[in-house]
Amino acid sequence: MDHVSFSVCPGEILGVVGESGSGKSTIAKLITRQIDPTTGRIEIDGQDVTKLSGRALIPVYAKIQMVFQSPAGSFDPRRTLGDGICESLRNKGVPKAEREAKARSLLEQCGLPGEFLERYPHQVSGGQCQRAAIARALMCDPRVLIFDEATSALDVTVQKQIIELLQQLQKEKKLAYLFICHNLALVQQFCDRVVVLYDGKIVEQGMPDEVILCPQSDYAKRLVDAIF
Amino acid sequence: MAVLLDYQHVEISFNGNSVVHDVSFQLHPGEILGLVGESGSGKSTLIKAAMGLLGSSGMVTKGDIWFEGKNLPDLSDTEMRHICGEKIGMIFQDCGASLSPIRTIGEQIVESLAAHRKVDVAEAKATAMELFDKLNFKDGERVWSSYPFELSGGMNQRAGIAIAMLMNPTVLMADEPTSALDVAVQRQVVEEMLNVREVFGTAIIIVTHDIGVVSAMADSILVLQDGNVMEYGKAGDVLEKPQNDYTKKLLSAVPRLRRG
Repeated sequence: MDHVSFSVCPGEILGVVGESGSGKSTIAKLITRQIDPTTGRIEIDGQDVTKLSGRALIPVYAKIQMVFQSPAGSFDPRRTLGDGICESLRNKGVPKAEREAKARSLLEQCGLPGEFLERYPHQVSGGQCQRAAIARALMCDPRVLIFDEATSALDVTVQKQIIELLQQLQKEKKLAYLFICHNLALVQQFCDRVVVLYDGKIVEQGMPDEVILCPQSDYAKRLVDAIF
Repeated sequence: MAVLLDYQHVEISFNGNSVVHDVSFQLHPGEILGLVGESGSGKSTLIKAAMGLLGSSGMVTKGDIWFEGKNLPDLSDTEMRHICGEKIGMIFQDCGASLSPIRTIGEQIVESLAAHRKVDVAEAKATAMELFDKLNFKDGERVWSSYPFELSGGMNQRAGIAIAMLMNPTVLMADEPTSALDVAVQRQVVEEMLNVREVFGTAIIIVTHDIGVVSAMADSILVLQDGNVMEYGKAGDVLEKPQNDYTKKLLSAVPRLRRG
């Protein structure tokens, strides 16, 4: 990654597009502090988190949560979905009844019946599992959700349902989304702003329609032309 | 027009449970047929049935798959060896993974040619270079001497197409050939397949969940859901004027780029 600067505002959906190896997922890893930048700064809610480690990161993680590409792979196969969803609040010492009630209500907001708390990842479909992963991300009332290709592994009809769910949750909870996705058409439909990455650099950013209808950089032009 | 490959009321079962029900379609010489549907709809299973790749638990339980006057599910392994690879070629989602990681593309080309006829290295190389040339490979020599990990995903896929075309099969089966690739590379691979049809007149069955890819290359489309045919017809008709409710739902769920 080289001189990448961007910001996400409260309640905004920012799309990040680019081909494999362009650094899309690296951005998510930097923000969630799984890797350290060599230079530069990452601020969340005005707080510089670049150098934080250990316990100091716990309150930061409460503000920022992630949803991954492979929903079944992001849950422990030997534990129920409820265990996974409640883990963050269990670590905080929230009593069992309280955290389960919250998990149930979030599952229902995500379009799944409460009894799915008892299910194991292999007992639910990919789309259902992704709904549970979204509920899990919402447990600690985050401000920002990062989606790393969260709908890419789903069938298109399921993808459409999940996008509708995300739109609805975003309105209700005033969340900001960082939506990492290689599907430009989906980004155009769903995002307020888009950042185009190529080879670790931002080659273009702006409103999706600006970028798609009149791309300025060579790479963005090629990307738009390549779509069927 | 003559029919090349004829699926007649095919039912396929795994461990006694039928997963594909009463599917019929015909493939004509030079035709590109797109099999589309969501995961679990049975699209890959259909082409695997023709190739004898259903594994020990799967079999064609009803119907016939006719190719050159023979019903493919009835053939012995020996007879199938003269058809698979030779008359019906196949490419997979990730050709890089279906190639051996410890041999060069050239060695694997020699090996696949030698499986069908007596051939020496020089002759195999001449055949391959001529083919690479027809497929507009920029640096055939480099592809020949590279290991799969030395080539990009898209180049591996194109090498896979070239290997499948070595024996000049009349039918090419392609199972999600573009799904693991970036969009720009997807386009190259689609163009490669169109070029194959142009140069060799090969008929192609492409299995994909990507409606964009199908709309860019297919002449006819068969839509599957849960092993049942939802719609089958000319590509333009199915895409522009879908009759079936499921097809309509599927097409409306595909995000489309607005270009102004």
